Amino acid sequence: MAHRLPRKDAVIVGLGWTGSILAHELTEAGLDVVALERGPWRDTATDFPISYAQDELRYRLQHQLFLQPAQMSVTFRNNASQTALPVRNWGAFMLGNGVGGGGLHWNAETFRFLPTDFTARSHLTQRYGEKFLPEDMTIQDWGITFEDLEPHYDDFEYLCGTSGTAGNVNGKIQDGGNPFEGARSRPYPTPPQKQGYGHTLFAEAAKQLGYKPYPQPSGNLSQPYTNPLGVTLGQCTFCGFCEWFGCANYSKATPQTTILPVLLRNPNFEARTECEVMRVNLDNTGKRATGVTYVNSSGEEFEQPADLVLLCAFQLFNVQLLLLSGIGTPYDPRTGQGQIGRNFTHQTMSTAVGFFDKAKYNFNPFIASGAIGMCIDEFNGDNFDHGPLGFVGGGYIGQVRTNGRPLESISVPPGTPAWGAKWKQALRDNYLSSVICGGACHASFYSYRDVCLDLDPTYKDRFGRPLMRMTIDLHENELKMSAFLTDKYAEILQQMGAKQVVKQPRKGPYDVTDYQTSHLCGGAIMGENPGNSALNRYLQSWDVPNLFVQGSTAFPQNAGYNPTGTVAALAFWSAKAIRSQYLKNPGPLVHA
Amino acid sequence: MHHLNRRQLLGSSAVALVLMSPLAHAAIIKGGLPWKPGSADPPTQVKPGGWHYFTQQEAATVEAFVDRLIPPDPQTPGGKDIGCAVFIDRQLAGPNGRNENFYMAGPFQQGTKQQGPQSPLTTAQQYRKALAALNEACGGRYGGKVFADLSDDQKDEVIAGLENGSFKLDGFDGQSFFSLILTDTRNGFLADPIYGGNKDMAAWKMIGFPGTHYDYRDWIDRHNERVTLPTVSIASHPNWSQ
Repeated sequence: MAHRLPRKDAVIVGLGWTGSILAHELTEAGLDVVALERGPWRDTATDFPISYAQDELRYRLQHQLFLQPAQMSVTFRNNASQTALPVRNWGAFMLGNGVGGGGLHWNAETFRFLPTDFTARSHLTQRYGEKFLPEDMTIQDWGITFEDLEPHYDDFEYLCGTSGTAGNVNGKIQDGGNPFEGARSRPYPTPPQKQGYGHTLFAEAAKQLGYKPYPQPSGNLSQPYTNPLGVTLGQCTFCGFCEWFGCANYSKATPQTTILPVLLRNPNFEARTECEVMRVNLDNTGKRATGVTYVNSSGEEFEQPADLVLLCAFQLFNVQLLLLSGIGTPYDPRTGQGQIGRNFTHQTMSTAVGFFDKAKYNFNPFIASGAIGMCIDEFNGDNFDHGPLGFVGGGYIGQVRTNGRPLESISVPPGTPAWGAKWKQALRDNYLSSVICGGACHASFYSYRDVCLDLDPTYKDRFGRPLMRMTIDLHENELKMSAFLTDKYAEILQQMGAKQVVKQPRKGPYDVTDYQTSHLCGGAIMGENPGNSALNRYLQSWDVPNLFVQGSTAFPQNAGYNPTGTVAALAFWSAKAIRSQYLKNPGPLVHA
Repeated sequence: MHHLNRRQLLGSSAVALVLMSPLAHAAIIKGGLPWKPGSADPPTQVKPGGWHYFTQQEAATVEAFVDRLIPPDPQTPGGKDIGCAVFIDRQLAGPNGRNENFYMAGPFQQGTKQQGPQSPLTTAQQYRKALAALNEACGGRYGGKVFADLSDDQKDEVIAGLENGSFKLDGFDGQSFFSLILTDTRNGFLADPIYGGNKDMAAWKMIGFPGTHYDYRDWIDRHNERVTLPTVSIASHPNWSQ
């Protein structure tokens, strides 16, 4: 029997980036807010101090700052003809856990989407004709524009102190920035990070080939910075242990280094950690959330009543909670009916390895940050003519190598045995002089009718609830795109002076053991009407107006950039609508 | 303010991992950032000597195996002397060997390669089973000899056969075992020495990785220069006494 707790104005599920942003906004608005986080409290001094933060085995291979599959996992199959099986240990993606969520151990690559990414379907249809898009591709317009979000990208970048070079300020193209970016209202708050040898050589080669390289926008700061909340971050020291790891330096923008010190001092706010939300509770109309039910780490069940419920968990788990709570209609790929679970996407990643003459090139790969690097956007979005190419979508291409961590940097030329004296020698010969960059081609993953999420019929979590089932495979469009982008990256590596380039385009079938970013998106998408979306333009549930669902869950498809910048911008945009409209007049903000 | 030196910090007993929290049941956090002294969780230095999981024969088999996967040469020790078998032994004896972080609920069935490993056996159990099957198979092929007693060429034959699937093990998939032990050997070779392998950071020195330095601001602009910092690890720096 659940213990019923005193009512709160708002309950937030998950205390990562969006949970922290929304908690801060709502407590500033005077609301009494509780955040429930199923993982532990995490902070710099206790969890990743400088004395042992740089531990590749513990934090990368054994992912100790992450959710462990024993606590919650998912099942996976490529298509409906297969039986989905559990992901018993992480591979293709790794999911955050604990206060800070993914925002604690991300590498802080902080991008904005392109204006045309928000109107993907109408733009591409207009330019290439409807028949150009695959028949089973289900991309949609978002229902908002880049201009709607621009002030909120700005909010996030100034919260973080993002280091970068603007490419387009109020319509004026700036030298050294990304000439393709949507117009921004002002430059980045801090200058771009310094670049290493490999990154610099890449930019020179890219320029020689006629491209316009720009520094990757980085939430690992180039200089100390105090944000508008009064929280100060330090200068990144290029330690090379960024993504997967906590930052011991206070120089990576995370909820811990930007919001939590202020949020926790607000008497209106309370966080409860190691509390797992079981479901959102609804009243007997099914159209109003009354709060959530959660379980603490000793198994006691609590009911937390609240007037406003915000799902701020990771994308997969927001969708899981919607399904477990009976909110919206589950998507059925056979009929095309139902919104919850459809338009599930990931990220199309590929790379090429460049081997260089070790007598002439030493890249010191261990001198890096998580978001260091030089990128080109000539082949992102619809920045180039797809007509002759036979695919849509694109991505940034960059030398964005983040580390020289030994186990992740094993790089030997093709034909080298996997073991023995020759392997050992090849490792010795190539570690300093090869360019390996997993994130080199970081491309869109469009949505398809048969790529979706639902509740698994067989496998359960430790509470007996069904795991999420992922049905996902790569489609011809993304494979063609990946081959194209990989070729372009390989050309730049050649131009840099590589003696051998080994292309590694993305190949199907989608492999759940092969890491390809944790940028899972969709499942409860935003849109213009309840017939084709789960959420309205403010991330408010069409079905339950006092429920808002944050995160990449809302993306109708994923674009050719890391999603966190857009996730955070949407959180600020949604928070503004809640504060300026919803709180004054609770109810649906959009009448479709 | 009391300054702990690194040895003292690492010497204090480490709290158990991952799913445990210093605060029972649920931490209610309000009014400020929580902080409790002594709640950090540094790794514990593995001390060589003895086997915590392997039997003597298993240890001898694994030592022989890792020394062929990564053979010794004049500059850098091989898998055995650098501590790969010790590393694997200590991992298998602990929570990782028991797959405590894995999703281990059934039902179990083999799937496609893309669906990943689906074994109901823990990693520690897999080693036990596979090593026994390996020695048995060697006995059958090489006149009763166990793996560790084969010549180097014969050992390499066996390993190559496991790798390409031609050397079969009874009751265990040879290729899976090869993959498993190869990954674990590489991990032992290149992980921080605190875990029992990569003795004296020899593997890091071999490749030119300076280790756990945190501040490269003086080096970021020094393009194409060899970094001259001493190699350091979590528990060792040339300036610290043993």
